[in-house]
Amino acid sequence: MAEFLRVDNLVKSFGTTTVVKGVNFTFNKGEFVSLLGPSGCGKTTILRMIAGFENPTSGSITVDGQDITHLKPNQRQLGMVFQAYALFPNLNVGDNIAFGLKIAGMPAEQRRARVEEMLKLIGLPGFEKRYPYEMSGGQQQRVALARAIAPRPRMLLLDEPLSALDAKIRVSLREEIRAIQLDLGITTIFVTHDQEEALSISDRVVVMNAGNIDQLGAPHEIYNKPATRFVATFVGHLNTIEATVASAANHQVNIDGQTVTLPSLPSGAKDNAPISLTLRPEVLSVGERAGSDIALTGTVSDVTFLGSVIRVRVALGKNIISLDTFNDQRTAPPARGDAITVSLASKDLLIL
Amino acid sequence: MKQSRFWAWLVFGIGAAYFLIPLIATFEFSLRMRRGYYSFDSYASVFSDPKFQQTFTYSAVIGLLSIIVGILVVVPAVYFVRLRMAWLRPYVEFLTLLPLIIPAIILVYGYIRLYNSSSIIPFTGSAVGTDILLTFAYVTLALPYMYRAVDTGMRTIDVQTLTEAAQIAGASTPQIIGRIILPNILVAVLSGAFLTFAIVIGEFTIASLLNRPAFGPYLQNIGANRAYEPAALAIISFIITWGAMSMINLLSRFAPRTSARTD
Ligand SMILES: Nc1ncnc2c1ncn2[C@@H]1O[C@H](COP(=O)(O)OP(=O)(O)O)[C@@H](O)[C@H]1O
Ligand SMILES: [Mg+2]
Repeated sequence: MAEFLRVDNLVKSFGTTTVVKGVNFTFNKGEFVSLLGPSGCGKTTILRMIAGFENPTSGSITVDGQDITHLKPNQRQLGMVFQAYALFPNLNVGDNIAFGLKIAGMPAEQRRARVEEMLKLIGLPGFEKRYPYEMSGGQQQRVALARAIAPRPRMLLLDEPLSALDAKIRVSLREEIRAIQLDLGITTIFVTHDQEEALSISDRVVVMNAGNIDQLGAPHEIYNKPATRFVATFVGHLNTIEATVASAANHQVNIDGQTVTLPSLPSGAKDNAPISLTLRPEVLSVGERAGSDIALTGTVSDVTFLGSVIRVRVALGKNIISLDTFNDQRTAPPARGDAITVSLASKDLLIL
Repeated sequence: MKQSRFWAWLVFGIGAAYFLIPLIATFEFSLRMRRGYYSFDSYASVFSDPKFQQTFTYSAVIGLLSIIVGILVVVPAVYFVRLRMAWLRPYVEFLTLLPLIIPAIILVYGYIRLYNSSSIIPFTGSAVGTDILLTFAYVTLALPYMYRAVDTGMRTIDVQTLTEAAQIAGASTPQIIGRIILPNILVAVLSGAFLTFAIVIGEFTIASLLNRPAFGPYLQNIGANRAYEPAALAIISFIITWGAMSMINLLSRFAPRTSARTD
């Protein structure tokens, strides 16, 4: 696949604090990539350097073979959508969408046709004459999306475009954004702190941690094979079990008095040394199950009904772990205080 | 409840009387030019005076020029301070207050010393040059009002994000100011403009010392030499000023609106 965006050793410091610490990545043409990470990790700063609103302290940015590191934002031919919609209050919807086209000198007739096409694309045909304040947040953000893509930018940048919206519209709009992106095949960078959002609509995800990239990969790779403990805890729910090494030679650990044999232990593990084991809630099942080679017993401490899934909290001793089980309409879910056996395959344990 | 309303009305009545009685008295006096009964003769006399028309037109033109220069100076200045040099704001604010502190007479003597016909920039050497100098002086006099009006206008919009949204769409800085920032603060700018106009129309000191045929010196001249016309002129000036102020009120209804809805 063709490399489209290339970021080399990008560094950004504000005064004495470095908030982007030398990041590198390349995105392909037509790819939808999310920058995911907790608030303050530098996602927006990276996006703003790509847009040209911040000057990198060092490093370079190349789009489609052109070094744009020192170009002004208005020379970069990029489209951007902001968290606060940022529609021009003095212009109606049609003029907002046509803004970039007008600046580029497109004749009025073509402009009108393009606006109409864009309104159809975002599902708001006939809204040309409305003003932004007359529309809902979701509608305003769709207009902002249309305004960003109308001039056929080389790339689309979105900075937490859904964060100002209510939960329900957030989910439907993210699917709409993804559908439009696939339709147009436009290379897109989507900044979010919401891991579910990033995993659900991206081709690839960049997980950021304090100015560094911890992992770059497809959503299933990020989730199933987290490269660092940070990625494992930030993306999805993660159980952590504090255990002690019972026998380093036999790969045995002691979890709240229950001895478990693992396929391997980190080299250097010593008898009686503490060790942290991590596992996803969905790798655990209630009762013994074929393919599971570890069984643990405990007491149900809490049950959360989530609809199709039931999350059960199990106290093994001082360790409490969560597990997800599908809601089976024919059997009652576990109750608080029940004794319970949970099982898992030892290969699903992560030692980070 | 009744009690408090009584006092409120009393205070309001005293305040209203304080402003209205002199106004009514002046108006009444302006109607007494003809002996024995009321007439608008003094107004007819004012309006038919060619000097009234000339000086008023002159001041109106200088007023419009001051507004244009004021907008061209203040809008970009406030914009850049808000966008890139937020630390400069307190200093700029202090600077714009100086015209309220420094008397106009000091300003105009300073001008005459700096720009007299034998200086490097001899503004006062010609009529047009003096008109330009007068315009600049009025821009300065109106600066506290224009600055505050524009600054308040910019506070109501998200200057930075709107700028960035326009910039990424390809707009240059003049395009951003002209097509996005200015239209969105137009009502605020116009309120600054009407205040400027009201100041310029009545200004006496600077126009007089620069010896320009402005409306202020004309008012003063009539006031010193006639009986009834000054009263008529006072009422006319009041109506002009009041008209300018009510335009500000009227226009604020047309300010562009934003909505941060989440649905
Ligand atoms: N203009 C700025 N001046 C100083 N510090 C800044 C500036 N912009 C961002 N920062 C700091 O840089 C860090 C990263 O910010 P940001 O990129 O906005 O994070 P994110 O978008 O991941 O939440 C934060 O600690 C923030 O306070
Ligand atoms: Mg951010």
